[in-house]
Amino acid sequence: MDLIAQLEAEQIADLGKTIPDFKAGDTIRVGYKVTEGTRTRVQNYEGVCISRRNGDGIAGSFTVRKISFGEGVERVFPLYSTNIDSIEVVRRGRVRRAKLYYLRSRRGKSARIAEDSTYKPLKGADA
Amino acid sequence: MRSGIIAKKVGMTRLFQEDGKQIPVTVLQLDNLQVVAQRTPDQHGYSAVQLGTGSIKAKRVSKAMRGHFSAANVEPKRKVAEFRVAPENLINVGEEITADHYFEGQFVDVSGTSIGKGFAGAMKRHNFGGLRASHGVSISHRSHGSTGQCQDPGKVFKGKKMAGHMGAVKVTTQNLQVVKTDAERGIIMVKGAVPGSKGGWVTVKDAVKKPTPDNVILPAALRSAAAEAKRLAEEAAAQAAAEEAAAAEAAAAEAAAAEEAALKEAEADIAAEKSDDAAEAPEKKEGDE
Repeated sequence: MDLIAQLEAEQIADLGKTIPDFKAGDTIRVGYKVTEGTRTRVQNYEGVCISRRNGDGIAGSFTVRKISFGEGVERVFPLYSTNIDSIEVVRRGRVRRAKLYYLRSRRGKSARIAEDSTYKPLKGADA
Repeated sequence: MRSGIIAKKVGMTRLFQEDGKQIPVTVLQLDNLQVVAQRTPDQHGYSAVQLGTGSIKAKRVSKAMRGHFSAANVEPKRKVAEFRVAPENLINVGEEITADHYFEGQFVDVSGTSIGKGFAGAMKRHNFGGLRASHGVSISHRSHGSTGQCQDPGKVFKGKKMAGHMGAVKVTTQNLQVVKTDAERGIIMVKGAVPGSKGGWVTVKDAVKKPTPDNVILPAALRSAAAEAKRLAEEAAAQAAAEEAAAAEAAAAEAAAAEEAALKEAEADIAAEKSDDAAEAPEKKEGDE
């Protein structure tokens, strides 16, 4: 393993995060820490994951899209952000693309994603 | 003024902070960084240290350099560079410099050879705007425009920005902050980008545009000094341990003496009791045990 990979692996181990197994098409709920003045609270953000970037590495990130008050909202989260309190998979979706950017031009019925009823957890993963 | 260091650019990564911030860092690695020669005011007219780093097969080093390295009694080095230092900060030949030469939060200047871009046009090399996409422009959309005036002066001025070779020159990035150091593995992480490609050599110096911090290590963070400090600490620890052991021994001896005294007293009591009722004593004693 080269030095950079080693350093990143160490940092991931240090952060001690448990990332569930999820991919584009899954509906996920992200608990994001919000600081208001002095106190912090956890804000939930639930939507469809439309892309995963840079794998499971320290540079990994994912995009969550939801329709908020009739307006499409997308947020990009770093996978190992210390501001993320929790990531929860709400629903597994069946999709045939790695990036679901086509959802941006769709609304309502055509923007639905079928549920993946044949989902098998990864070996060794408990998520 | 103290010595800088030569390091290898390993690559970039990011560090997550407690408050959710991410810091982009460049990882620099020290590889057997040793003093190869000294330049003294008496001998050379100026004071500097020549550092060498990296390793190279002896057979691939020129005879002259082999002699130079053997005179210093160090392994052949791949990269050699000189750093001007104040005469009082000269370092002995053969000393190894470690990564805690810089402390976290310190500002440094990093120099390296930038990535070569070859023959580049005016747009890429000097951020020129190029010509229009339409309105009669043909073929020359990325060219530069006019290069000067008319019959007077009748020439193109020297230094006119034009297309040409770009990159592969020495570039210094100033005031980069040191985020983390690891002396054991010889790693220094600086915030932001550093000139050059991965695997390239860079030199790191204290920032010239910031006041020198008070807690920099003079003349340098040396492996020998660290070993000496460790040895002293171990000695002190050993001494403390010995003292503690001695104290414990003394306490134990005292306790033992007290115990013995108590035992003797008890025995005396038992003996007195025995003499009182000698008839029952043997059975009773067995039961007690």
